[in-house]
Parts: sequence; structure tokens; C-alpha cells
Amino acid sequence: MKLFEYEAKKILANYGVPTPNGGLAENSKEACEIASRLKPPFMVKAQVLVAGRGKAGGILSAVSVSEVEEKAEKLFSSKIKGLPVRKVWIEEKINIKRELYFGVTTDRLHKTYVAVASSVGGMEIEEVAEKAPEKIIKFYINPQRGFHSFHARQIAKKMGYKDGQLTKLERIFLGLYKAGMDYDAELIEMNPLVETMDGEFKAADARIIIDDNALFRHQNFKKRMLEGESELTPQEVEAIKNGLAYVKLNGNIGVIGNGAGLVMATLDTIKYYGGEPADFLDVGGGASSEKIAAALKIVLLDPNVKTLFINILGGITRCDEVARGILKAREKVGVIKPMVIRLVGTNEEEGKQILTKAGIHVLESMEEAAKKAVQLTKQREV
Amino acid sequence: MPIIVNEKTKAIVQGITGKQGSFHTKLMLQYGTKIVAGVTPGKGGMKIEGVPVYDTVEEALEKHEADASIIFVPAPFAADAALEALENGIKTIVIITEHIPIKDAITVMEFAKQQKAIIIGPNTPGIITPEECKLGIMPAHIFRKGSVGIISRSGTLTYEIAASLTKNGFGQSTCLGLGGDPITGLNFIDVLEMFKEDKQTKAVVLIGEIGGNLEELAAEYISRENYPKPVVAFIAGRTAPPGKRMGHAGAIIMGKAGTAQTKIETLRNAGVEIAEKPSDVAKLLLEIVH
Repeated sequence: MKLFEYEAKKILANYGVPTPNGGLAENSKEACEIASRLKPPFMVKAQVLVAGRGKAGGILSAVSVSEVEEKAEKLFSSKIKGLPVRKVWIEEKINIKRELYFGVTTDRLHKTYVAVASSVGGMEIEEVAEKAPEKIIKFYINPQRGFHSFHARQIAKKMGYKDGQLTKLERIFLGLYKAGMDYDAELIEMNPLVETMDGEFKAADARIIIDDNALFRHQNFKKRMLEGESELTPQEVEAIKNGLAYVKLNGNIGVIGNGAGLVMATLDTIKYYGGEPADFLDVGGGASSEKIAAALKIVLLDPNVKTLFINILGGITRCDEVARGILKAREKVGVIKPMVIRLVGTNEEEGKQILTKAGIHVLESMEEAAKKAVQLTKQREV
Repeated sequence: MPIIVNEKTKAIVQGITGKQGSFHTKLMLQYGTKIVAGVTPGKGGMKIEGVPVYDTVEEALEKHEADASIIFVPAPFAADAALEALENGIKTIVIITEHIPIKDAITVMEFAKQQKAIIIGPNTPGIITPEECKLGIMPAHIFRKGSVGIISRSGTLTYEIAASLTKNGFGQSTCLGLGGDPITGLNFIDVLEMFKEDKQTKAVVLIGEIGGNLEELAAEYISRENYPKPVVAFIAGRTAPPGKRMGHAGAIIMGKAGTAQTKIETLRNAGVEIAEKPSDVAKLLLEIVH
């Protein structure tokens, strides 16, 4: 789960990381009030959960309180990369001597956390890694020993700092690491971390992504996500509430299956035969008929869906349960779109019988079924 | 000799009294797996499918000999269960549980490294050596004893491909699910090494998906080592958009990294045969045999 910039900055500030003075506004009047308490010039920043916000016009500067009002108004009435702006963060503009990068993320291969620092900040760190790999310092954190002051000093030293600045960076790096651990961050970064003209350091932008699987330890954020204030679409939130994994795509064949790999392969197979999947929906293992019904409902919310392709390979999922779920959903939601169903595995015969009796044709091969789904969709396109 | 588990493997089940734990204990016993004890804190003294239940792993191991554990404990407590098994000296641990926090997984993997133990998972269907031992939740009837080793990041997709192999006359030596999470105990290279040494395994099927670079590293390893056995791969997620988690916590394209296209290209350059569709895996194996 992605946190907003203002949340990330508040968390970092609590861990001793200096951030620019600022405040959060929900309308332009509030923006004005906040600005009048701050020292000009100002930055007016849309709080939206997309990368590349600056380039998309989501970060504006202002020299006076009245200009803050104007710029805030502009952001509140615009969309940044398609997202509406509900909150705007107003802060004091900092004078920049140098932009740095520091972050902590997880590393799959080393199975641990890695601290990443760079004397080139302000752009995507992946971009730096590509263009100037020598400017990147990586330190793999031993999960048992952790990240200590001396590690932080070693990194600051490698970045070319000494004296008082070395110890200032030490405290900032350590603070960020501790915040990351306490909040179960799979990514926590300051980009840029700014060195100011007077030799201070401030996190000008901050990003935290909390590990979704750890949200049970961070109930306030989990609640916010389920209430719909997150990077997720309403269908994705509905899916999470029902224990389903849903991703919307741009095609017109609605896809439901069990198991992430199988569903991904189903999408690929549809594409292989010339079709376009409308979504990825994984009902997971052992799905009940209620879950199948919820899945159908979510997929059918997408008006682009012309046909449905349900691909179930029953291991712990029972085919008869799936069949009942499909009928239940048809009754409730009134599924009038053509369906192609592939159903094999545990209690296959029973499942097939239930569906065949209801007039629904069941196929055995995933590839045949994909072909059929593409065919049906093409007919409906004409 | 297959890899990691065989007819002699003796296992305990942690979380044996739960819905999944008890159901799969029954199926594993039916398959012939030697389940010697179960552990659920607070449920000691019970019996599940005739298997005695203990409160702690320590107590279970005082009464029974076991070299493996399979964990069905809910995500918030699963790391604790794995650490308990490790501290009590168990060297093969299968973690079925999905949704374990990354921080917890990291702690488990570090301790496993010290204890020189193998962790399969988390978020895995487990491991099966057909007709000998099943430590997992996979439907048993689709597997046959044979000479193809399967390493996979996915559950149902493995069943899809294993079933089609069996249908086409290719049995399996061992099938192992690495797990769908970003941090797992084993990676492709670890298991490729084991299959290299295993006499029963004549060919390897690698089932990958988007996210991370374990497939790319496997490709490097295969070409560097001039891997002596044929490898066929299927990679899921060619149509996955960047920045979205496709069901598995580990299945996500970050920026330009982790796409199916890069994985396919790197594997192909290493001499691995790439299946375009799941059913092509068996076709490619047939071509290699002939």
C-alpha cells in the first residue's frame, strides 16, 4: 500500500528526519491559511498516488499566499494522470545545493533489506542505476545485526561528506531505516534528500510503500485502504474485501480463474489466439460458491466485457462448488453475457453435470476454451 | 533417488487442527506420506486422522523422530512456527501459508541459512516425489513417477503442466513449488543444482512468471555451467501490465524489471526451450526425446 507524501514526511519527521515546514489542505482556503503561517516562497504539491507527479503538473511553486490559493485551486480542479486531487500539501521551498537519494528496500536474491544511496537524486533511482551505476552505493543489511550508526557513516563518507554533515546524514539514514522497519515498508525513500545552501539536509520528497501482507499490523492504514482512499480502483477494493485478486486490463474478455500463475497463463493464451483480456481475477484456492459469485459481479462491472472465460483447475477448489457459484451468480447478477467455462479437477463430473443441466457448455482444454472465447467475442464485435 | 523428500521422509504438520491442516493431513496420509505428529499450541492431546497432536515442536520431537515439517499456520503466526521448527533442528520446512509479511520471511530465511535448513515456500503448493512422498496441497492423481523434474513459482499452473506431462507419458521425479512470494527459501538455481546431481531426473521443466530476476539468474547459471540436462521453460505474464501485482505478492513488474519478455529472451539465449502455451511443454519434451 502506497502512502501519500504528507504521511511519509510526517512519519520520517517523527524519526528525526528534517523535512520542510508545511501543512495539508483539503481546499484552497485551507491552503491559504497554511501558507500564511509559513515563510515564502512555497511549493504546492498534489497528494496523488502516482509516480511522475511533477512532470504531470502536480507540483507547482508560488511566491505569495495569494498565488498559493490560485495554484491550489488549479490542482483541486485538475486531474493528475487521471486521478482527482483531494489533498494538497503546502510547504516552504528549500534552496537546493545538491540533490541526493537514500532509501531502503527489499532484495529478493539476497533475501534481506538493502540500503541504496546516491549523490544523484531527484530522478527515478532506476534511471540513475542505468545511466550512472557508479553513482549508486548499495549496502545489504544483515537481518540479524541490523543497520547501525557506523553503517550510516560509511555510506555518508562514500557520498563524499565529512565533519558535521557526516553525523547529520548518519542520524537521517538511521531514522529512515528505523521508520521503514517499524512500518513494514517494502520501500522507504527520500528522493530527493536535499543538501541546502547552508549545509543542512532535508527530505524534499518521501515515499513509503507498506507491505500489503503486513497491513494487519497497521490497522489505521488498512482501514483507509478499505474505505477506498488508496491507489486502488473501487473494483480492486471490492475484490480485496472478498479475498480475491483483481487487476483491470483494457480488453473485452472477462477472465476468472484459480491460482495467479494459471490466470496469468490464461491471459497470455487469450492474447496468443488474438483476443484481449479485460481483467485478471484470481479466486485463489478452495473458492466457495459465494466467492465465485462475487468474482463474477466484479468482472461484470466493467462495461467493456463482451464474453466471460472461467478457467478452473480444481486442486483444493471443488468443481461442483464453482458450478453452483456460477449458477448462483447468474440468478443474482443476471449474467446475460456468453460464457466459456473450462472446468477440470476435483469433483469435475458433478460440476459439469450441474452446468450442462443449466445449459452451459463446459470444455476440458484451456487452449480450446481460450480459442472459443476469442471466437465468441469476435462474433459479438461485428 | 529424487530430491529433498522420498519414501523415508518423516514429517510433522504445524497447524494440524485447522481446516486446511487437517484436510491435507488426511490427503497426505492417503498418499502414503509418513506424518508422525502434529503441532497446534493449546490443542495438545488431540488426535487428527489418528495423528497425535502436541503443543510444541519440542514435545513432538521428544516423542517422535521427524526430519521435515509442513506449516499451515495463519500468516501472522507462521514465521514463529517456522522459527520453532528450525530451532528444534528440523532441516526441511514447507511453508504453505500465504500472505506472510516480508519482514517475517527475511527473519526466517536468515535463521534457516544458519541452521543449514531448506525452506520451501512460503506461499507454495509444496513438494511431491510421485508415489513416494507428498508434502503439500497438490492434487495427487495428476502426478506419476518418472524422470522430469519440475521447479515452479505457481501452484495451479504446475498442476496444468504436470497433468499434461503425465497424459503424454512423462512422469516426474520431483515437483517443487518455490512459492509465489518475493522472498522464498529456494530459488531456481538451488533446485537446478539438485536436479543436476539426481540420477532419476533426465530433464527439467522450469515454470516462471513476471517479477524479480530469478529466471534470468537461472539462465545465466544454465549457460555458465553448460547444464547437462535439457531444460524447458514456460513463463506466465506476457500480458501483465507494469506496476500491478498479479495475484502473487512476487508477481509484479517494477519499472522495466521483471517482464516476461526479458525472462524468455534470456532463457532462450541460454539454450532453454520456451513453451508458448502450457501444453507446448510436453510437445517440446517429446521433440527432445526423439
